[in-house]
Amino acid sequence: MHQFSIQPLFGSEGWSIAGYNIAFTNSTLWMAIAAVTLAFFVAGGMKRQLVPGRWQMAVESFTGFIDGMLAANVGPGGKKYVPYIFSLFMFILFANFLGLLPLGVIGLHAFTFTSHFSATGVLAVLSFAIVLIVGFAKHKLHFFSLFVPHGTPVIMIPLIFCVELISFLVRPFSLGLRLFVAMMAGHVLLEVLSSFVISSGNAGIGLFAIAGLPSFILMVGICALELLVAGIQAYVFALLTCVYLNDAENLH
Amino acid sequence: MDAEAAKLLGAGLAAIGCGLASIGVGSVFAKFLEGALRNPGAADAQQGRLFIGFAGAELLGLLSFVVAALLIFA
Repeated sequence: MHQFSIQPLFGSEGWSIAGYNIAFTNSTLWMAIAAVTLAFFVAGGMKRQLVPGRWQMAVESFTGFIDGMLAANVGPGGKKYVPYIFSLFMFILFANFLGLLPLGVIGLHAFTFTSHFSATGVLAVLSFAIVLIVGFAKHKLHFFSLFVPHGTPVIMIPLIFCVELISFLVRPFSLGLRLFVAMMAGHVLLEVLSSFVISSGNAGIGLFAIAGLPSFILMVGICALELLVAGIQAYVFALLTCVYLNDAENLH
Repeated sequence: MDAEAAKLLGAGLAAIGCGLASIGVGSVFAKFLEGALRNPGAADAQQGRLFIGFAGAELLGLLSFVVAALLIFA
């Protein structure tokens, strides 16, 4: 589908480093837009006034939200992860919302880079790498006790070890896959419904009234649902990263 | 039946998984609401667990979407 295709922009298709193509694609462009918007949003709230204005209040409620999430899931040791989780959450949130902007009205095409596994997979691997680094740095080889929960009967240890190991190793995939599939499925759904509206409109007024109009009303509802999903997926990504960090920080 | 038709049928069958996952997501929120209405004081503290359960239920449904997409496009 055209909305998911990645194209090089500004004549950059020939750019390469060591044989790898590093063209500036529309995906890169929207990542940059998300990062710049996020930097602008946060910079606007850094006034540190005693009585916060609206903007400062908005930024501070986000940081407070992330702070509370880490305090609830990781405990006092989670304070140092606030910058990472905040950037992760806000970056994904902005990416999801920017991809939903109805820019097609003025002829531009919004691109949701979170609908590509290559983008969400890297974010997931980043979270997973932090969990591994923190876990091994803090607990050394004792970190492997994560795979054998307390009070496991000796006979069960090999089986439980395998199950826990698989469930641990599958985490980066499930983390990246969830975000990517949720965003892609939502956009595909909107595209399918809009194609109903367009082709029934072309087929005549009667068919449009029967099929096109209900699909259009459904589309408006699904758009609202997509806004909800965009928020929930960013939240779930940040929350699960917190839960995994808790394993690394406190073991079981 | 040729391979292409079987693939498409399989993709259609994989869509059943999406429906079953929707039952799961519904039951996660329903049970949460049930518990929250019984004890509203404890509800807010459990919201993180609610979303962990939601994420788990949803992921398994999304996997069926992935299976369908793989059958159609790969």
